[in-house]
Amino acid sequence: MTSTALAPGSRETAPGPADAAPTARCTGPDGVHLTAVDRSFPAAQGRHEVLRGLDLELRSGEIVAVVGPSGCGKSTLLRLIAGLDRPSAGTIALGGTALVGTDERTAVAFQEPRRLPWRTLAQNVALGLPRGTGRAAGKERVAHLLRLVGLEHAAGLRPREVSGGMAQRASLARALARSPQVLLLDEPFGALDALTRLRMQDLLLEIHAAEPTTVLVVTHDVEEALYLADRVVQLRSLREAEPGARSLARTVEVPGARPRDRAARDLAALRAELLEGLGVHSPRPTTASFPTTSEDHS
Amino acid sequence: MSTATTSSPVGPAPSDAPVGGAASGAERTPLKDRAGARLLAGALLPLVILAAWQLVTSAGLVPAYRLPGPGAVLAAGADLAARGELWLHIAISVQRVLLGFAIGSVIGLAVAAIVGLSRAGDAQLSPTLAALRAVPSLAWVPLLILWLQIGEESKITLIAIGAFFPVFTTVAAALRHIDPHLVEAGRCFGLRGWSLFRTVQLPAVIPSVVSGLRLALAQAWLFLVAAELIASSMGLGFLLNDSQQNGRVDRILLTIVLLALLGSLTNALLGLAEKKLLRRWA
Repeated sequence: MTSTALAPGSRETAPGPADAAPTARCTGPDGVHLTAVDRSFPAAQGRHEVLRGLDLELRSGEIVAVVGPSGCGKSTLLRLIAGLDRPSAGTIALGGTALVGTDERTAVAFQEPRRLPWRTLAQNVALGLPRGTGRAAGKERVAHLLRLVGLEHAAGLRPREVSGGMAQRASLARALARSPQVLLLDEPFGALDALTRLRMQDLLLEIHAAEPTTVLVVTHDVEEALYLADRVVQLRSLREAEPGARSLARTVEVPGARPRDRAARDLAALRAELLEGLGVHSPRPTTASFPTTSEDHS
Repeated sequence: MSTATTSSPVGPAPSDAPVGGAASGAERTPLKDRAGARLLAGALLPLVILAAWQLVTSAGLVPAYRLPGPGAVLAAGADLAARGELWLHIAISVQRVLLGFAIGSVIGLAVAAIVGLSRAGDAQLSPTLAALRAVPSLAWVPLLILWLQIGEESKITLIAIGAFFPVFTTVAAALRHIDPHLVEAGRCFGLRGWSLFRTVQLPAVIPSVVSGLRLALAQAWLFLVAAELIASSMGLGFLLNDSQQNGRVDRILLTIVLLALLGSLTNALLGLAEKKLLRRWA
């Protein structure tokens, strides 16, 4: 149902300004190019396809959010760019050179902060420094990053002594330690409480303003995507799509400069549209069904 | 019933809080007192045994050639010490245990790293090692004596074999079960091979290494006595064997007490190291 409803929508948006722009602007030195990327895994019968025919460009310095139903390959996409996984077909290039395996130019912050419990926060951040960083330079960089994420007072604490929000800050600082050209965030704020999440989103935007890198953020939160990103990429679940469908459902250019008003009206319309694409129908015209069911219960 | 009445209403909650606070305050005794009480509790049973031993022997319930009294055992120790033999036996045994333990654990760690970290190493080595572990320790003795003669080498090798397996088994299993997320994070930040092992994998298994080492130390003492009982001219195992042949029950008891004390002492030393390591790495 949802996939057939999606297909015409994506065809409408595909030739629009969102997709026409990359070909014109693909000269960015730090841009990431994915060309015809497939990823499938061996399954009980044949292969389980997760990504198919994915063409995507991340322009230098932009923030791109990836949304989609679970199982659509969001995290697989991130792992492919991070070099933690390899595409079954197609190529991934960063600034004109192919990305094969993990690369010093990319850095990942995972959904679970994955800190080494026996190291202090500062030592965990230092893990992200490029190999061969001098001791003094490394120390200075770590101190700078801890200040940037507001953890300078917690540098000597062990991971189990800090809250989830602080852990994610440290994880972000660790990813930034090597000054990556591409910062990959896999549902970075998904496990945080709502208020901390909002603060972390603002922090990410501050950091991006201070050290503008290309950011790919995988999220299940459409509002987060619209608040953070220049573009929102929506993937579709191949399992539910018609055979031969490609992974990319649509790309949406988000209007307005950051910081954005979370309640802006044009964003609300986009949000409804994206949610619709994810199979969540917003009660825009009428909300008649809810009161009647609640009355039935009482 | 009573728990339901106290916990279900919201009203009594504030009155509950001070009660709970008072209870926990009363339970919390100073650390020094607790350590003292623990020491006292631990010493109680040995003191009772000692008293019973003294009572049984001085009352003449068991003849002295079967069970000499604590005083006679102490005198036997003093006698051996005066002749300079006691320290010799202790020193050579401790040296053998420490050498064998060190060699066995280092090899155990290295092999555990190969088996625990590489699938190929696991597939190729695990069956052979499992078979070797199944060989009873004493079965090695004739072969070791033939190959290495009745010298220090054969004994230290036997002890090393004894120390190898506990370290190997615990550490290999721990390495296999490291959180893959942590390893992936390390990899993602450019750590490979030795640097990945040093930074992520080894620290993650430090608690298992320590418990493997403690088991290995106990095993090393076990294998020491096995080695010395069979072929030696010095050491605590020799003292046991020699005393048995001369009917010196007092010396046998002395050696058993010494083994218990030495084993506890080395274990306690390792325990101190463990505390320090775990504070740093766990």
